Amino acid sequence: MYNVKVYVTYKESILDPQGEAIRGAVHRMGFDEIEDIRMGKYFEIKVSRQEDRAIEDTIETICDQLLANVVMESYRCEIEAVKETV
Amino acid sequence: MKTIQEPTAEMIKDQKIYAEWGLTDEEFRMISEDILGRLPNYTETGLFSVMWSEHCSYKNSKPVLRKFPTDGPQVLQGPGEGAGIVDIGDGQAVVFKAESHNHPSAVEPYEGAATGVGGIIRDIFSMGARPIAMLDSLRFGELDNERTKYLLEEVVAGIGGYGNCIGIPTVGGEIAFDPVYRGNPLVNAMCVGLIDHKDIQKGQAKGVGNTIMYVGAKTGRDGIHGATFASVEFSDEEESERSAVQVGDPFMEKLLMEACLELIQDHQDILVGIQDMGAAGLVSSSSEMASKAGSGMVLNLDDVPQRETHMTPYEMMLSESQERMLICITKGSEERVQALFSKYDLDAVNIGHVTDDGQYRLYHHGVKVADLPVDALAEEAPVYNKPYSEPERIQRYKEMADFYPTITDASETLKQLLQQPTIASKKSIFETYDSMVRTNTVVGPGSDAAVLRIRGTQKALAMTTDCNARYLYLNPEVGGQMAVAEAARNIVASGGQPLAITDCLNYGNPDKPEVFWELWTSADGIATACETLGTPVISGNVSLYNETNGEAIYPTPMIGMVGLVKDLAHVTTSDFKQLGDRIILVGQTKPDFNGTELQKLQLGKIEGNLFDFDIQKEKTIQDKVLEAIRQGWIQSAHDLSEGGLGVALVESAFKESFGLDVAVDMPKEWLFSESPSRFILSVKPEQVENVLALFNGDAVNIGEVTDTPTVRIKTQDQQVTGDINELKTVWEGAIPWLLKSKV
Amino acid sequence: MRFAVIQFPGSNCDVDLLHAIKDGTGEEAAYVAHTESSLEGFDGVLLPGGFSYGDYLRSGAISRFSNIMSEVIRFAEEGKPVFGTCNGFQILVEAGLLLGALQRNKDLHFICKNVELNVENNQTSFTTLYEQGERLTIPVAHGEGSYYCDSETLQVLKENKQIVFTYADENPNGSIANIAGIINEKGNVLGMMPHPERAIELLLGSEDGLRFFQSMVQNFAKETTSV
Repeated sequence: MYNVKVYVTYKESILDPQGEAIRGAVHRMGFDEIEDIRMGKYFEIKVSRQEDRAIEDTIETICDQLLANVVMESYRCEIEAVKETV
Repeated sequence: MKTIQEPTAEMIKDQKIYAEWGLTDEEFRMISEDILGRLPNYTETGLFSVMWSEHCSYKNSKPVLRKFPTDGPQVLQGPGEGAGIVDIGDGQAVVFKAESHNHPSAVEPYEGAATGVGGIIRDIFSMGARPIAMLDSLRFGELDNERTKYLLEEVVAGIGGYGNCIGIPTVGGEIAFDPVYRGNPLVNAMCVGLIDHKDIQKGQAKGVGNTIMYVGAKTGRDGIHGATFASVEFSDEEESERSAVQVGDPFMEKLLMEACLELIQDHQDILVGIQDMGAAGLVSSSSEMASKAGSGMVLNLDDVPQRETHMTPYEMMLSESQERMLICITKGSEERVQALFSKYDLDAVNIGHVTDDGQYRLYHHGVKVADLPVDALAEEAPVYNKPYSEPERIQRYKEMADFYPTITDASETLKQLLQQPTIASKKSIFETYDSMVRTNTVVGPGSDAAVLRIRGTQKALAMTTDCNARYLYLNPEVGGQMAVAEAARNIVASGGQPLAITDCLNYGNPDKPEVFWELWTSADGIATACETLGTPVISGNVSLYNETNGEAIYPTPMIGMVGLVKDLAHVTTSDFKQLGDRIILVGQTKPDFNGTELQKLQLGKIEGNLFDFDIQKEKTIQDKVLEAIRQGWIQSAHDLSEGGLGVALVESAFKESFGLDVAVDMPKEWLFSESPSRFILSVKPEQVENVLALFNGDAVNIGEVTDTPTVRIKTQDQQVTGDINELKTVWEGAIPWLLKSKV
Repeated sequence: MRFAVIQFPGSNCDVDLLHAIKDGTGEEAAYVAHTESSLEGFDGVLLPGGFSYGDYLRSGAISRFSNIMSEVIRFAEEGKPVFGTCNGFQILVEAGLLLGALQRNKDLHFICKNVELNVENNQTSFTTLYEQGERLTIPVAHGEGSYYCDSETLQVLKENKQIVFTYADENPNGSIANIAGIINEKGNVLGMMPHPERAIELLLGSEDGLRFFQSMVQNFAKETTSV
């Protein structure tokens, strides 16, 4: 088994209207030291072992084709192998 | 710190870098030798490349646009400003324009469609008008593949996402499907605004020393070269270049709209001019404002609000970041403007001033990075008279025998036509748009035209978008006339007097003589129809290079039309109102099947010579329909279009699930002929004589509205029967079913 | 009766509420900006629909930190009438003035159309001019209107007759128990996803929403004369 965490965010050059609006609200709450907020998506994925293909390739394909819109978003994955629980 | 090595002027010339940005050798020679007398630097070359692109300069389409009538007693502002303006009496006017966002939507459909909506809304409020309604016109490939379904769903979500959030109702539009749009969908958006004459603004920067202020969102590296991008044909190999995505922020635009309208309405004493930063962003808005006023301008780029670090002058000037406007105000009133915009949490920054020497100068880090004659940039792009020649198919089509359909069971044919996505109900789509916000929508999506009342008056505005590109493919000139005529038919059927049009001219690559011929001759058709119907072209947009892998789309000049309903009592919808009402068919039905929905259904393609159309006859019939409506004789009116009489009859019955009992003196096939200039009217029995007398032989009473939900249409050789609720289920279910079904 | 229509950045049905009050009931109404801190001189508060702060993060989540909201909460605590429609309902829920939460519609799409409502409780100060069980035609226009609460809360809402409106034929968004609108226990704060302010004249399709505002006005008049 693997536990996979995927973080998807806008690429740096892409405007993030939600992040901007949230940053504004945080400033109105009085936390002026908050310089920037980028909002993204977070996925938790459980994967069983597959003999014929690498977990990295599987996750990358899913991210490229589905979870992230690679035209404007980038992603980062954390893959953690865990013991099967019976 | 990151340092950016820009190519030198010599490198730009020797390595022909300008060519990558779309400038020809001759254009680069004109810039270097005729205009500057020196080589342009990197920034200057970039400025020329976007300002001289087709998108900004209309260099290929100008000779075509000159054909259009643009004047009329009702026209207050024709093409050339952000949007056109038409007088509607009482010191009020209607402002409208349509714009295409085809290429961005092919790349990133949600954001492409959303920013298209945002851009056209800015064009309207930059004139000083309150936007009151959105319409759209969409074209996609067939819904038989996942990519097209994705494009449709995302484009629709983008239009709704932006329009719903900013709070402008999306009240109408049209969607059609044909294989030619598969790689190149069309996303055309139209915005309509309302203004008092006294508030009309111009995009101008005049008065030496007056201040240029930048308002709205910060500038990032969004969509750099978006404008030239829209002028380059796609091929699959270039997929990786398609990354110039702009993200729309409708919340920001709502604030910007309210702030700008407040500035225009309450601070006219200090406001000189205002313009949207649209395609080619800062360079196009600023140079056009200066050039229009015969002024010059100095901009200090260090003051431009920036979202990213280390932006170069080239990037700042060409960025297409959304939700930004440029304003020119009297010197010394900066603080008033800043105070106003800060109420809306918006930046308002002094970035330059007006000069009187006709030069356009940019400074960055204390260095002059551009120094150009502003007219050369904004006004003096070369104009090309492109060669054109008739495509081979046209002659071939003329020689073909006319198509005549084979129908064994006309009831079944009707059911099949109702499921064709171009004819099928778009309810599942338009219900995702807020069509009612601001509570003025009298007739929303689904009728022939949308109608919005003008609060505080008895008047209303009718509006529609139309184009049957299949007709244009068979005959661009006659098809062009028909597109305008159909829009007018929709306005008239709703009780309005057509006022004027806007257009989005969507075509393939104009470098191909056959494509340019389509553009050239369809413009003749549009011009003729506009002159006859008294509806000048007051604004518009051209989108060329709509091709994928060398295959052009059908010539698709989307016509957006607005009409004035003089009295709310004249507002008419397409659905039957009462059982016992008589059904009257207006206009001549002939065996016209080339280019029809039925031909496509039966042959899988369209071909042949386009059937006859008489624009004078059309005008006569429309005038009489409007007259009958104003007399109060008409219960419902529906124009006949795709699918002909058979489809129009059941569409009129769907809303209240009425039945109908009709007999027509024609063969069953003719029920689906698409002969132009026809309407279905329903009238109270006691008005039948009046209506028939008015039409003087051009109308015939064909039956009545019944309360049993049964359709009965008797033809010479067969009776069409059906259950109206069953037909409605089929008609409403077709598109959701296609979207869900797996390939 | 004098109504305050609160304007948050991104509110867009503010103008509709103002017209519903002025043209529909003939009473007074004025806009109050989110930056204000006083509701002095107002007898009722209306929170409009729209997309305050773009609906970013969660609908209503950022608006509840607006300056005016602490005053709205104080106003509500005094027992004065507060009404929120659509985004206004979402803000009232985020601010804790009403129970539950609003989630994305079950089919994930924004939906705008006329729906049929049942009046479940005509004994509130917002609904006295309706018949108990009456059916109303009122538009909805939202993407995040699926009402959710846990089963204990639902039980409480039912026992206290706090469910004021339910969807009659078709539940357009997947709301639990077909809930379209609820009221607080005290009976002075009402939130609903449908837009009664869009249904005050037949020209636009329905006038079933008019009696909502007329009920507010009538009950206010009764209260002030009885005091």
